[in-house]
Amino acid sequence: MSEVNNEAVTVSVMNQLPDASIQGESPLFHADLASVAKKGPKTGGVTFKEEALMGQITLRLNAENADQLSAAEKALGVALPTQPLTSVVEGDVSVRWISPDEWLVVVPGLKAFEVETALHAELSGHYQVVNISGGWTIYKLSGANVVDVLKKSTIVDVHPSKFPVGKVVTTTFAKSGAIIRRSGESEFELVVRRSFADYLWLWIQDASREYGLVVQA
Amino acid sequence: MFYIYCPYCGEHREEEEFHNQGQAHIERPADPDSCSDEEWGNYMFFRKNPRGLHHEIWVHAAGCRKFFNVTRHTVTYEIKEVYKMGEQPKVVAE
Repeated sequence: MSEVNNEAVTVSVMNQLPDASIQGESPLFHADLASVAKKGPKTGGVTFKEEALMGQITLRLNAENADQLSAAEKALGVALPTQPLTSVVEGDVSVRWISPDEWLVVVPGLKAFEVETALHAELSGHYQVVNISGGWTIYKLSGANVVDVLKKSTIVDVHPSKFPVGKVVTTTFAKSGAIIRRSGESEFELVVRRSFADYLWLWIQDASREYGLVVQA
Repeated sequence: MFYIYCPYCGEHREEEEFHNQGQAHIERPADPDSCSDEEWGNYMFFRKNPRGLHHEIWVHAAGCRKFFNVTRHTVTYEIKEVYKMGEQPKVVAE
């Protein structure tokens, strides 16, 4: 390329998700968590809940570019966490640090297109916004024994001194990739690939059997 | 098992999250059209296999997916230094 095009680039963005008139099916739709929750125990050491059908957006930009950072903040309503392995939550928007130039934005499913469009409208220059909602799902694990289940499943140190509330790590969970965030003292959120969703659901049931697994729908 | 410091994540992680990507600081001939077959062959195929300090590329494959350099002793397996892409090693063989 001999010349640099400084004109605003129009990116064609389309809403990939159906609206509320069509029933969405999460990667664990087949597991029928509602029935499992009704039949299963109400108390136990670990509580499992799928945060189904959330909107997930990969955002990549140059963290040293103040204009891009402020544009992203304007579109999201919250500043991107630039410290490694941190996250921010503001209302129904959460942002996870993935790498020095990449973040995962999680919003309610029906808001994903709106946020995606806003990011495209605000950002300029060399950046990337991709709606990856269909590829991932979020598991919320909590309870008194949640740390024990994580110790069996992941190679990262989950002791509170090494893994404080709000920290995010992209690592392996039961040999598959997962973005693990500590959302509370004994509460973790796992962002996992939809193709591994069933496997990890089975894994979590097995790993938490000795503590008692409560399923919430 | 290695316990490797990722300079981008800013903490040590298990080796399982990383992949070795071979020798670091391999320079591509500036003008491939006019270099000799030997120069090109050396660039393309020949790698160091030192007994001692080795500079190599690792990628935090299961983490932030960034590439970085590691200086490792091939006998003791001790990691002497970890430094980002584009930087030069401080610990070098004599």
